[in-house]
Amino acid sequence: MSAVLRPGRLPGGSGPTDGADAATGTGVSALRLAVRRFTRNRLAVVGLAVVVLFFLFCFVGPLLYSTDQTHTALTQANLGPGGAHLLGTDAVGHDELGRLMYGGKVSLVVGLAAGILATVIGTLWGATAGYAGGWVDAVMMRVVDAGIAIPALFILLVISAISTPGVWGLIVILGLVSWLVPSRLVRAETLTLKNRDYVHTLRAIGGTHSRAIGRHILPNSVSTIVVAATFQVADAILLVAYVSYLGLGLQPPRTDWGGMLSAGLTATYSGRWWLIVPPGLAVILVVCAFNAIGDGLRDAFDVRGRG
Amino acid sequence: MTATDRTAGAAGTEPILRLEDLGVTFSSETGEVPAVRGVGLHVRPGETLALVGESGSGKSTVALAAIGLLPDNARATGRAVLDGTEVVGAPENELASLRGRTASMVFQEPATALDPLTRIGAQIAEVIRNHRRVPARQAEALAVDLLRRVGIPEPERRVRAFPFELSGGQRQRVVIAMAIANDPALLIADEPTTALDVTVQAEILDLLRKLAVDTGTGVLLVTHNMGVVADFADRVAVMLHGEIVETGPVEEVLLRPRHEYTKRLLAAVPRLAVAPTGTGGDTAAGPVGDVAEPAAPRPKYGVRARTAKPAEGGAAAAEPVVDLRDVSVVFGRRLAAVRALDGVSLHVSPGETVGLVGESGSGKSTAARVALGLLRPTSGSVTLFGADLRRSRPRARRALRAGIGVVLQDPVASLDARMTVQECVAEPLRVHRRGMSGRERQERVAELLERVRLPRAFARRAPRELSGGQRQRVSLARALALAPKLLVADEPTSALDVSVQEAVLEVITELQEELGFACLFVSHDLAVVQHFAERVVVMRAGRVEEQGGTMETLLHPGTDYTRRLLAAVPVPDPVLQRERRTARLAAGAAGVDA
Repeated sequence: MSAVLRPGRLPGGSGPTDGADAATGTGVSALRLAVRRFTRNRLAVVGLAVVVLFFLFCFVGPLLYSTDQTHTALTQANLGPGGAHLLGTDAVGHDELGRLMYGGKVSLVVGLAAGILATVIGTLWGATAGYAGGWVDAVMMRVVDAGIAIPALFILLVISAISTPGVWGLIVILGLVSWLVPSRLVRAETLTLKNRDYVHTLRAIGGTHSRAIGRHILPNSVSTIVVAATFQVADAILLVAYVSYLGLGLQPPRTDWGGMLSAGLTATYSGRWWLIVPPGLAVILVVCAFNAIGDGLRDAFDVRGRG
Repeated sequence: MTATDRTAGAAGTEPILRLEDLGVTFSSETGEVPAVRGVGLHVRPGETLALVGESGSGKSTVALAAIGLLPDNARATGRAVLDGTEVVGAPENELASLRGRTASMVFQEPATALDPLTRIGAQIAEVIRNHRRVPARQAEALAVDLLRRVGIPEPERRVRAFPFELSGGQRQRVVIAMAIANDPALLIADEPTTALDVTVQAEILDLLRKLAVDTGTGVLLVTHNMGVVADFADRVAVMLHGEIVETGPVEEVLLRPRHEYTKRLLAAVPRLAVAPTGTGGDTAAGPVGDVAEPAAPRPKYGVRARTAKPAEGGAAAAEPVVDLRDVSVVFGRRLAAVRALDGVSLHVSPGETVGLVGESGSGKSTAARVALGLLRPTSGSVTLFGADLRRSRPRARRALRAGIGVVLQDPVASLDARMTVQECVAEPLRVHRRGMSGRERQERVAELLERVRLPRAFARRAPRELSGGQRQRVSLARALALAPKLLVADEPTSALDVSVQEAVLEVITELQEELGFACLFVSHDLAVVQHFAERVVVMRAGRVEEQGGTMETLLHPGTDYTRRLLAAVPVPDPVLQRERRTARLAAGAAGVDA
């Protein structure tokens, strides 16, 4: 029925410049339309605000509320919220609010970087497999199938048992275990895009493969990739928390939200809730916020209904 | 019984469908869009009313409104009376009892009109049992009868078939069987033959006509094809911008149109010139020089003076720009192997236009893709500009391809939606003219846009802001960017309305005369090819059926297949078309007898 909704396309009269009025009413740029669709999704806007607030909290916060997160201060240990320490202190006397900022830096940076790394690897892998087709595709995708069959958490535990990674190590490891899903998405997208008429046309006049991929296939999969990346970041933040919670992440005094949860676990029995609730809430909020942003981006790019 | 007799005979009876001042408004993101305004028409029992118009004219919306099937965001006003019942504003359960019993609908696409997982007998029986209390076994028997009536061979066996086991034409027959299952008084057919090949289209139209005459069913036929109108309709209503601009008997409207728009529309329809039907096929092999006979057409575009130009001495000796020799293409392996091309040889000489015609699945697009080098032939050789594609190195092959321009069918998929028109047209320059500066490129694009009669300012637009015809002209501009020696056009206008098609074909012709490129023109539309090409290659089931000069081949075909193909094309002249139909049916009957 869509044809009926576009009176601008009526041919009628203007001879060779048929439908010259086709452009009327479409003066809105694609970007602005996307922004409009995104902002219509309330939850996505809230999610974006939450993420921005957390970044400010973790990176600007320490400038306004400076605390010592390296040295232990046993005289100040296990204080409740209030007074000089807004959220109390932990078992070795670190200020809990300051620690939330300090740990958050690691969680956010590692999550973001690992999510992006996973998406980049997945995109390259999936685009290559999808574009090449044939046996190359078959082999590459069987590798992905095999990877998905092994639980990521299991691999992480094994690696962590062998070595104790730093921030960079964590990023690389998390990236390497979570690129499988985006690679499948991008491959599917590539399979349809490589059969578009404009790609055929380019190939027919002698355009190279790299041009077809770089100029047509990747730009047209950007929306799929960005949406996938957002969900990857959310997953990666959660994964960092898992690993650290199991005590296999960063070593003290360095920490992240998962590590704080792990350290605070024993404290719950003695009623020191301030060691558990803040990092727990932080993880939940940030992960939900990233997922909401992903949903909003999916609406904004209208991933399915694109022409 | 002629059309006028039937209309006169039915004149006394009450119309089965009457629309009065019908309006339909859609609410969309950008506000209210009126799609249909003040439409009034009626269909009497036994008569066929054709509702014609181009895309977006609102003809399908009227058909849907008549049976109360408008989508949720549409609002109807005015009156639509179906067999004495008011449809506008009627409650859904009342409409449901009307649909399928009083009026039923045949849609365009037979592939999606049937449930793929249910046997066709069960689908027909369901329609019967929706409206009549009959036992399942009896409904099944009725389904077999219906299949026999719509001309499905071996109905007792086919009743247990799934839709995928049937051809497109047979599926449409099943859809029709479902539509007439409860002997409706009105049949609404929305582009019932648009998705079908011409020979199948002719059979389906014959079937619909026979059913309408036998049972006195009124038919509301929605179509854009003037040939179908001439073949089938008693009366015609022409729609433009959601309003009916002209109504009348088919002979009046098609032969003596009054409204400006109808005149323009009819003028834009490419007409298939045909040998007089009386003389039939046997005399067709007469003297070759009789192109001057009355039926010989004056080409609309194409051929024209061009034939006299370079072709004389040089072209005959010149090397062909593309030459396919004994090319076969096999898809799949062993048992699943499909022979898409089987020993196809064809060539295009410099400056010449060759029309590649055939029905769907004939391999014409595959042949074009082989010529473009997009598909490697399983056997045989392809020579492009004198160089064997298989023997040349990748780099040399790419350089060769700078001499090719391509225009494909789908105006939407042909242009990358993420690029501007400037970037789309400049792409070939970026591939082959690396040294060109940004400014030079911009200048060249502007020049190309003017060539295809688009304003320079279009360079900054996005493809989605353009209409279908404009997009195809952008594709053409892109194809001409490198001043190619060969243009391969695969159904470049079949997604466009006739008036737009005419404009696009004119632009191609003009540029061809000016720039002298050769053209391989793939099309299923014989009328377009007749006007556009100097030589035709008729393909069937992966083989070349026959080839030769357009006028000889399409006026006096040498093979039965081409003759049947030509006979099946409906021409937009009701008198001539009815003669042709009679001749075709007679020939068909004779063929069965023999």
